[in-house]
Amino acid sequence: MTESLIGVRGRRTKSLVLTTAIAAGAVVMLLPFYWLIIATTYPSREIFASPPNVLPGPAFFDNLTGLLSDTLFGRAIGNSVLVASVYTLLGLVVCTAAGYAFAKFEFRGRGLLFGAVLVTLALPSQVTLVPLFQIMVTLGWLDTYQALILPNLALPFGIFLMRQTMQAVPDELLQAARVDGAGEFRVFSRIVLPTVRPALAALAIFLFLAQWNEFVYPLVVLRTPESFTIPVSLASLQGIGTTDYGQLMTGTLLSVLPILVLFLFLQRHFVAGILAGAVKQ
Amino acid sequence: MNVLSSTARATAGPTAEAVPLDAAPRPPRRRRRSSIGHPRITPYLFLLPTIVLFLGFKLYPYLSAFWTSLTSNIGGVITFVGLDNYLRLLNDPLFYTALGNTALILVVQVPLMLALGIVLAVAFNSLLLKGRAFFRMAFFVPIVMGLVAYGILFSALFDSSAGIVNELLGYVGIGPIPWLVDPFWAKISIVIAMTWHYTGQNAIIYLAQLQSIPGELYEAAQVDGANGWQRFRNITLPGLRPALLLTVVLSTIGTLQLFDEPYVLTNGGPDNATLTVGMYLYQNGFKYFDFGYASAIGYALTVIIAVVSLIQFRLFRERAPKPISLKKPTSPKEKTR
Repeated sequence: MTESLIGVRGRRTKSLVLTTAIAAGAVVMLLPFYWLIIATTYPSREIFASPPNVLPGPAFFDNLTGLLSDTLFGRAIGNSVLVASVYTLLGLVVCTAAGYAFAKFEFRGRGLLFGAVLVTLALPSQVTLVPLFQIMVTLGWLDTYQALILPNLALPFGIFLMRQTMQAVPDELLQAARVDGAGEFRVFSRIVLPTVRPALAALAIFLFLAQWNEFVYPLVVLRTPESFTIPVSLASLQGIGTTDYGQLMTGTLLSVLPILVLFLFLQRHFVAGILAGAVKQ
Repeated sequence: MNVLSSTARATAGPTAEAVPLDAAPRPPRRRRRSSIGHPRITPYLFLLPTIVLFLGFKLYPYLSAFWTSLTSNIGGVITFVGLDNYLRLLNDPLFYTALGNTALILVVQVPLMLALGIVLAVAFNSLLLKGRAFFRMAFFVPIVMGLVAYGILFSALFDSSAGIVNELLGYVGIGPIPWLVDPFWAKISIVIAMTWHYTGQNAIIYLAQLQSIPGELYEAAQVDGANGWQRFRNITLPGLRPALLLTVVLSTIGTLQLFDEPYVLTNGGPDNATLTVGMYLYQNGFKYFDFGYASAIGYALTVIIAVVSLIQFRLFRERAPKPISLKKPTSPKEKTR
């Protein structure tokens, strides 16, 4: 009996030590976010005050209005919202349709086409920077939304994920619908899509996040500040020596805020989106 | 069907004779259908957007990049130069600098991050940890931050003169450390930033894998008197193997293409100390507009990534310890996971 009592006490101490250690780590992980939020509430010259600011200051709205009036960041937000939303919607359509074809149909060329998807999954996309730039110059698509949206619409990872998920949909279900006279598109939209809804949510988040944060490719095909997305706009603000630091930090916060809010509400799908394919092999 | 229609005819009487009733469920003029009953063209229609996009924005660019890498552009005149760009690359000290920097960041950052990820995953999986849901979120949340945004944030935090990191280190008598302005510390800064950003994601991947290790294995080991370390060494690590291989390969591929962090944090400096292969490609392509050379760098990078990934797959197959199965996992639940 005494032994089990010691066991309980030992467990408690261990639990306390472990929780404290992890909590300390969590503080390190979250501190940059806290610092960022505080920084957006001070004017430039006070951001790097010593001792550091711990509580919020009064300047958030000055920074915000300054950012929106002195720079084209407001426009960049609009560009990013539009491009990421349209990309997500179209990407879902393209990836699910392709994933469905690979998962549920036998057809000539399937092996070759799916092999091509897998190969591009592994190839470094940086190789395509120069040719994509040349394509966009030829088409006159520099600074356009379609230049950002189209090239990665058939995302290999998305196709792969949807194929994996849809393989689990039983063939009998599709057969039954066909026998009942449902057309092929109806089978897809009414039978298959509803059963893979969680994977759709995960893919949607993955697509949105990828486009929202994409940097090097937009940097190459966007040449005028009016067409910049948020990351390109932020990087250009940082590049100018005269940039107001309070404004830069406010822009940085604005770029993560929508994603953070989404994350808090859709945590489960976020984790699924980022894990997708990872564990399912 | 025949039976049905004939009875229908019989009951309907002579007036029904004129209307072919058996036209109903299947059209008489059968389209070309596969064995499982869909028109043969259906899968191609579903794949049509993918095929078009793939040809235009993947296959063509990869082929075109290879062709470009065999050409040079002098004053707008494009000439075929064979392997000149590749030969130039082999004798380019700056390319080796970039490769060396990338390799150094890779061999320091990836193992550090993955080791931390394993420790975190084990902690997240332990019943001893209170508030697990919150901590999982806290470590995971940096991954949602865009690369540029966290680059800007870290360049402010690690500012050598006024950044908060040096300020805090000053309180315990360390520093000031010349984070972003010293060739050595600039690399360390990038390693720290990347570790902050990606560790939680890897921990969650490991956690998912840990949860698929059958609990009976641990119970059996405990009965046999195995201590915590032995259980970790002989059950946890072998159980993590698929996730380990995945994260090692993915992180390596990602790090070899490293671009955003050095671009925003240090712009490749100081003195090219954080110039990566990805940045060198970008500089040649879009600062000097030497498309041929940039494409050659891209293909060299492809070959390097392919070789390194292959080596990793090999090593993992041979070196990793065989999983010791103390008890065969018999529970039917396992299969569904």
